[in-house]
Amino acid sequence: MGKVKIKKADVWIDMTPMSDVMVLLLTFFMLTSTFVKNEAVKVNTPGSVSEIKVPETEVLQILVDKEGKIFLGLDKPGYMKEMLENVQGQVTGLDLAPMQVKNFVALASFGMPVSEMSNVLKHEASDINELQKKMGIPTDSINGGMSEFQIWVDAARNSSFGSDMKIAIKADAATPYKVVKKMMSELQDMSENRYYLITSLKKEGE
Amino acid sequence: MAKKKASRQKKAETRVDFTPMVDMMMLLITFFMLCTSLSKPQSMQLTMPSNDKNVAEQDRGATKASQTITLYLAGNDAVYHVDGIPEYDNPACLKKTTWGADGLRDVLINHKTEEGYTPVKNIKASKALLDAERAKDKSMTDSVYNARLSKIKNGELETGKVPVLTIIIKAMDTASYKNLVDALDEMQICAIGKYVIDQVNDDDMRLLNAAGIK
Repeated sequence: MGKVKIKKADVWIDMTPMSDVMVLLLTFFMLTSTFVKNEAVKVNTPGSVSEIKVPETEVLQILVDKEGKIFLGLDKPGYMKEMLENVQGQVTGLDLAPMQVKNFVALASFGMPVSEMSNVLKHEASDINELQKKMGIPTDSINGGMSEFQIWVDAARNSSFGSDMKIAIKADAATPYKVVKKMMSELQDMSENRYYLITSLKKEGE
Repeated sequence: MAKKKASRQKKAETRVDFTPMVDMMMLLITFFMLCTSLSKPQSMQLTMPSNDKNVAEQDRGATKASQTITLYLAGNDAVYHVDGIPEYDNPACLKKTTWGADGLRDVLINHKTEEGYTPVKNIKASKALLDAERAKDKSMTDSVYNARLSKIKNGELETGKVPVLTIIIKAMDTASYKNLVDALDEMQICAIGKYVIDQVNDDDMRLLNAAGIK
């Protein structure tokens, strides 16, 4: 009987080393990681051997999904509002309620025709992504002038965000080249000739 | 026996129960692991020629025919290459190859100029030497490495100036974005400094149609 009691006392496991490790792991994760952005579409980037990192700040990210729909995102959400105001200055009939502006600013990436904006931004934040997934920013030229896509890029460039703006293109591996070509040629028309193509890492042998 | 037991119990009381803390830690770690991305994605830099027509015309025709390869990226992951200036009326000048080490890379590496020189092979060898040197000498900074690499890519080897290849990449509308990135990747692997992404023009279209390439 007595022996059994002593054994019971031994059941207490020392958690200190475990919590030590936990704290270390937690600190590691907190310091090294960046939060996953809730992007409008899921994009499978093609692999490349290039090891250049994407610049961290002042990046205008262009997302292209596999059907060729285009979305834009800024790495600093604070500038979304300024960009929107720039676009409102150029496009007539884009009047948004404060609630809609708030919804827009909260988006990690957006892609909808200007004509649909007030309609889409009325919805709950969680529904907006679902809706804009089917839209994308049109690249068709308006009356021979700039396309909506170009207007947005121009607006980003002219905000205080864009003094040293870098363009990162994140396109799906299955995107037809036609779409990419069209988009790049529109950027080239605006004399934006340098891009970062976002890829995933691959070994040289493959 | 009884006395011993009592003293043991007293000692045990000084212990603090860490279990709730560990529980919380576990939760936090799980949260961070799921909600964050550890690695930043890779990227490749691409500079496109300006759409300004006047600039583009000046740079053309600057290299020898035997130092030029034109790549046509077609649909269904097909890739064709033309060595030298494409003969637009002769579909036989289009040669089909495959992606990867045995196909396109092999073509690029073994391409001979009219002097019987293999530029890519030599440049690649120099790059490998540079990489080995960098692996040994940790003090070599990125800027030094990049400066030397771009010198090598321009054909300025330690043994003297050698010709370099110029690659013209022409992707058809049916090609996918992956094909383009793969082609750019081969440029990187083969240390080719001079390459350009060009539009498929009417002459190219005629050639490709004659060869039945979609």
